Amino acid sequence: MARLRLEGVRHSYRAQPAQDADWALKDVDLEFEDGGAYALLGPSGCGKTTLLNLVSGLLHPTQGRVRFGDADVTELPTDRRNIAQVFQFPVVYDTMTVFDNLAFPLRNRGMAPDAVRSRVQEVAALLDLEGMLGQRAAGLTADGKQKISLGRGLARPDVNVLMLDEPLTVIDPHLKWRLRSKLKELHQRVALTMIYVTHDQTEAMTFADRVVVMHEGAVVQVGTPVDLFERPRHTFVGHFIGSPGMNVMPCQVDGGVARLGGRAVPTANRPDASLAGRRTDLGVRPEFVRFADDGIPVRVARVSDAGRHQIVEAHHGDQVIRLLLREGESVPAGAAHVAFDPAYTHLYADGWICEARA
Amino acid sequence: MSARPVNQRAWWLVLPVVLLVAFNAVIPLMTVVNYSVQETFGNNQFFFEGVKWYSEVMHSSRFHDALKRQLMFTGIILALEIPLGVAIALAMPRRGAWASACLVLMSMPLLIPWNVVGAMWNILALPDIGLLGWTLNHIGIDYNYTRQPLSAWATLIAMDVWHWTSLVALLAYAGLSAIPDAYYQAAKIDGASPWAVFRHVQLPKMRHVLTIAVLLRFMDSFMIYTEPMVLTGGGPGNSTTVLSIDLVKIALGQFDLGPAAAMSLIYFLIILLLSWVFYRVMTPAEEGA
Amino acid sequence: MRRAKALVPALYILFLMLPIYWLVAMSFKPTNEILGGFTLWPHRFTLDNYAKIFLDRTWYMGYVNSLAYVLLNTLLSVAAALPAAYAFSRYRFLGDKHLFFWLLSNRMAPPAVFALPFFQLYSAIGLFDTHLAVALAHCLFNVPLAVWILEGFMSGVPRELDEMAYVDGYSFGRFFLKIFVPAIAAGIGVAAFFCFMFSWVELLLAKTLTSVDAKPISAMMTRTASTSGYELGLLAAAGSLTIIPGAFVIYFVRNYIAKGFSLGRV
Repeated sequence: MARLRLEGVRHSYRAQPAQDADWALKDVDLEFEDGGAYALLGPSGCGKTTLLNLVSGLLHPTQGRVRFGDADVTELPTDRRNIAQVFQFPVVYDTMTVFDNLAFPLRNRGMAPDAVRSRVQEVAALLDLEGMLGQRAAGLTADGKQKISLGRGLARPDVNVLMLDEPLTVIDPHLKWRLRSKLKELHQRVALTMIYVTHDQTEAMTFADRVVVMHEGAVVQVGTPVDLFERPRHTFVGHFIGSPGMNVMPCQVDGGVARLGGRAVPTANRPDASLAGRRTDLGVRPEFVRFADDGIPVRVARVSDAGRHQIVEAHHGDQVIRLLLREGESVPAGAAHVAFDPAYTHLYADGWICEARA
Repeated sequence: MSARPVNQRAWWLVLPVVLLVAFNAVIPLMTVVNYSVQETFGNNQFFFEGVKWYSEVMHSSRFHDALKRQLMFTGIILALEIPLGVAIALAMPRRGAWASACLVLMSMPLLIPWNVVGAMWNILALPDIGLLGWTLNHIGIDYNYTRQPLSAWATLIAMDVWHWTSLVALLAYAGLSAIPDAYYQAAKIDGASPWAVFRHVQLPKMRHVLTIAVLLRFMDSFMIYTEPMVLTGGGPGNSTTVLSIDLVKIALGQFDLGPAAAMSLIYFLIILLLSWVFYRVMTPAEEGA
Repeated sequence: MRRAKALVPALYILFLMLPIYWLVAMSFKPTNEILGGFTLWPHRFTLDNYAKIFLDRTWYMGYVNSLAYVLLNTLLSVAAALPAAYAFSRYRFLGDKHLFFWLLSNRMAPPAVFALPFFQLYSAIGLFDTHLAVALAHCLFNVPLAVWILEGFMSGVPRELDEMAYVDGYSFGRFFLKIFVPAIAAGIGVAAFFCFMFSWVELLLAKTLTSVDAKPISAMMTRTASTSGYELGLLAAAGSLTIIPGAFVIYFVRNYIAKGFSLGRV
């Protein structure tokens, strides 16, 4: 159809929201391209499920509008919005067979029996459910039931947006990857906008083309997984994504140069005059920190083995700096120094990245 | 749930319960079995009679009549109270102050002593001076529950519906409350009509509580004694003499120990049998929530 | 549509309140007015019926007796059921399933069947006409119920709690009283509520096992009804008073009723 837009959306679950904390969503402006694969990523309580329910129509926004293309659908009920939603735990109609489950939304909309049958067969083939069409839905495993939930959404020809609210929550860990790949495969075969809500960064980063990171009711960054990794717009994104997360080190800004413990540190972005009086931090991921002959002096505190690499925890005074050692590299004996790759070192003011590029 | 360990010393924990219940169940039951196979002519002398009492009870038309009345009563009760209770539960608000108030008010009939329930309806239905009796006669219905079997039956049934439907409604309401919102949301997205939601989401998910409700109402209505006793005394004549009333008449009234004992056991067995049938019918092979 | 739906519970509650209203209204009418004809509300309001009850020892002792054996039974049933429910919930032992089923099957026994045997049994052990007799007799039905309810709640408490307590050095007794019981407080409330309810409302056994000393209010009322001169007003007043404990209990547990249903067995 066209793009999905949220304009000036704010939502509170309270009747009379008074203070900031009463708002579950604080001023969201988002655009989802037609046919894109998106993830809404954030910790519990960040507002991602609220956002999802606003898009699907299960909630009516306290303020703001929801648009599908040019149409304003804010006042439309759920079943008229051409959306489908998959929930955290599988929702199937226990008394019906798999076939009837998939056919249910079609029959409710008055589709002819022949069309229903062919459509259900198509969807079942997409989801590898063909052999089970005659079985009672209640007898399937959790991942089978989630596929049925998915199928009910895919079966409807009028669906443009498929929303998934942490759909892998109850799936066995060793089956999660299978369902995840299936979702990715589905997205490539079917021209649907898919929005995947999760608190798990691996799920988000592997599924989505673009990730929307949320924190305390606000959208913090929208970007590709690479963007989020290499250039986090907010220190929260740095913490939340990557394991271990980004190093965030308080620093001083002096004469246009960032300084850590007195030493100048080159950064990808340029500190400017507006930084006076604000809290400034340096952010660099452990992946971009190296031991060097000359640099910031540190004392190695601990080395932990994480399989293909080792995580080194080094101390510069009170500040903890983590870096990754790849295979073949070793911890220097005696005095150690670390250096940051300037292309991936950023300056943050009050948590937000400074926009001016160096 | 993880497997429970075997521990025979757990018997010490259940001992108080076993003692209390066994004292009240085993000894009287033994007494009853004893009486049921013996004859006495007074003077505390007993003679073994075998199955004579059982045979007599099974062939007695008095027993058959009481049984028929009981089955009819229970059948009507179940047919009325279960659907009504479910309907009320469906219509109740699901949360908020009104829900709380509703639940409290609905619980009231359940906590009134059974003889007071009987007395209440007795007074209510008095033809000339009771609210119900006077109203019915006033609008042209010839109503007198002390003299007309049909009126007595109607009053008896109305009283039981008044008394116990709330139990079904409360159980059904509990079952409905346990359904997660996601089911209703998914049904909305699927475009289901309210009837379809009832048939495919609510009713299946209520099956467990409905089984409990049906079993409880079946058992309790089959054993009912006090309310009909106080309302009609089993009359007019013996038109509302249900099984318990008949049994107590024979046991405590006539002190016919043998027949009373035999009838007691047959009565108990009928309940066990029918309960088992109900249970099997309502719970097909469980395959998980 | 929403309005029409609200009508259903509203009408039902109206239906429920009518007989109660009638009973209470009648309790405030003098006998002349009651027998004289139909009046919708008391035209000659009087407190005579209630006065009679509060001033006559045999009448108010009826209430005292009823409350006595009900409370006694609730205490007994819950106290005995607690360890038993724990055993069923946490352990497997020889015959456990059969024992559980046998306990529940007593719920299916008609009280009428036990009327005569109980009369003889309790007379034989010299407990006839005591509160204890009725309290014990009611255990037949209440103990299995209490075990069933408590077991359900206990199964909801993870066994890790028990294990942690043992690791911390608690003896079984201390663990049970200080840690476990608070954890299932809601369940104890529900079990006590149901025990109270079933014992308070039961008539047949309570009447059979008592005569003078422990005569419950229900027996007093049926006696009044059967003696000559159907004192309807008095009967209505006595009945109205019996509604109060029930209303009290519901009021106290109203929060549990509203939200506790999904916690427990059901």
